[in-house]
Amino acid sequence: MPAPNGIAVSIRLQNPVTLDVDFEASGSELVALVGPSGGGKSTILRMIAGFEKPDSGEITVGGQQWFDSRQKLWLQPQKRRVGMVFQSYALFPHLSALENVLTALADRQADDKIRLANEYLARVNLAGLGARRPDQMSGGQRQRVAVARALAREPDVLLLDEPFSAVDKVTRVRLQRELVELRTNLSIPIILVTHDIEEAARLADRIAVLHEGRILQMAAHEKLSISPVNTAVARLVGIRNIFNSKIAKIDRQHARLDLQWGNTLLETSYRDGFEPNQTITWCIPSDGIVVHRRNRPSRGEHENPVFGVVNEVFHFGQTTELTLRVDDPDAHPLHCSLPTHVAERNEICVGADLGVSIKADMIHIMGSADP
Amino acid sequence: MDWGAFNLSLQLACYTVLLLVPAAILTARWMVSLPARRKAIIEALLTIPLILPPTVMGFFLLVSMSDAHALGKLWRWLFDDSLVFSFEGLLLASVIVNIPFAIQPALRAFEGIGNDIREAAATCGMSRWRSFRSIELPLAWPGILTGAVLSFAHTLGEFGVVLMVGGNIPGETRTISIAIYDQVQSFDNASAALMAGILLAISVLAISITFLLARNPFARIKA
Repeated sequence: MPAPNGIAVSIRLQNPVTLDVDFEASGSELVALVGPSGGGKSTILRMIAGFEKPDSGEITVGGQQWFDSRQKLWLQPQKRRVGMVFQSYALFPHLSALENVLTALADRQADDKIRLANEYLARVNLAGLGARRPDQMSGGQRQRVAVARALAREPDVLLLDEPFSAVDKVTRVRLQRELVELRTNLSIPIILVTHDIEEAARLADRIAVLHEGRILQMAAHEKLSISPVNTAVARLVGIRNIFNSKIAKIDRQHARLDLQWGNTLLETSYRDGFEPNQTITWCIPSDGIVVHRRNRPSRGEHENPVFGVVNEVFHFGQTTELTLRVDDPDAHPLHCSLPTHVAERNEICVGADLGVSIKADMIHIMGSADP
Repeated sequence: MDWGAFNLSLQLACYTVLLLVPAAILTARWMVSLPARRKAIIEALLTIPLILPPTVMGFFLLVSMSDAHALGKLWRWLFDDSLVFSFEGLLLASVIVNIPFAIQPALRAFEGIGNDIREAAATCGMSRWRSFRSIELPLAWPGILTGAVLSFAHTLGEFGVVLMVGGNIPGETRTISIAIYDQVQSFDNASAALMAGILLAISVLAISITFLLARNPFARIKA
């Protein structure tokens, strides 16, 4: 059973897309559904809202069942207390901002409605703009009206479908801040659908990574980026160094597990469930690779040192990304990133010799390699 | 100038619009919710009156309204009167001929309302009827009005079908178009010119209104 004001979703679907998804969110949690398009993110939102029906499963929100295939229970969207912000905002174009909010307040006392609608507009920083029609507002203002209208429904769950995708970056950051602020007064779960992992990392308490209709992993962003369960999750959180290696040696006494990566022996911390000679897939986030100073040696250089020649250098503003061709015919190139000023001070350019250390405790073994 | 015919044409046009527009609204809204293929088939069927030559259309109507066929028989049984060569028969023919003119603009208007708008109305707790009345109808209104204006103007000008189904009975089925034809036949070009001028003015007015309405003031806001 979910928390009394939380949400529990358990849905299966065969057509037109396959979905097999279970998750819960508590009453003040923001869960982001992230993944490539076609993975079923929006379909899940639409099922919670009641626009589409799963083949089987259960949806419970705020202690009330909205869907239960065993009891043949299916609540119409109109009967669900759900606030939804559509990707297009779906504002009613012939109605003013105030009237848009009023549509969600139909079941309240008549004399209270206008005051309430104005309050909701004020909560999204639109006080005084109630008379404007959507075509007289900016993209950011429209998004705020959509949020106000969703909240005016007094929902048991707030659904946000790519709510920041249609505005410019400055507005996006401002709207994201406003959402964080709004959340402090909300005690309902919020489900955010986004294709942008950074947006999810900024806003969500937990991220559910969806791929082909399944949740691959659901965890806080820090956890996802340190210990992704598989290659798909690792790639989604931006890890580019993903390799297959044989386990060379397991030393339980010294809590060590060594990987044979080409000719290099990489030391990692010990973990259960692996055998010597087993081929596994491992990854290392780019902050797990420390670039050695080129002119003078420094501490920590003896930790999994790897040497090679810089193959590519890309300056992305304050960050520089480079690939290192390792002096080893069997090893793959390593992707590293470092602050641009550090790259410049060390005169890192294509063709330069470079040494790096792969931090042992940040090497993450994801499991047996696919055959 | 045959004011009787002018009056009859106006009545025919008004009744046609009154009967046709509510039916067109409901049909168009129903069609929007159909699967694409079924919608295309129904739309094609409803467009036939636009494609068929008016005399052919009129011939089919004349035959099916005659006492020998079901529709004529039913009318005879209900009202003990003939459907062909009567104002009622003319009205029925006019409604059928104008179906595409009324439905097409209304259908396009309802199609222009995104599904997300309907879904937003549902999540706001609106019943289907309330959503239809206070969201969809105001948004589709320009299209519906366009259909009404087009049907009205087209009814005033219809000649072939009217002649086939209604004949040329003064005060009963002689419309303004047929009166113009009669007057030209009897070399009364002055009267014909006056009535033709009036029809021209009405047509220009109708098409102006249509184009004005086509600039939907609530054009969908693209994200």
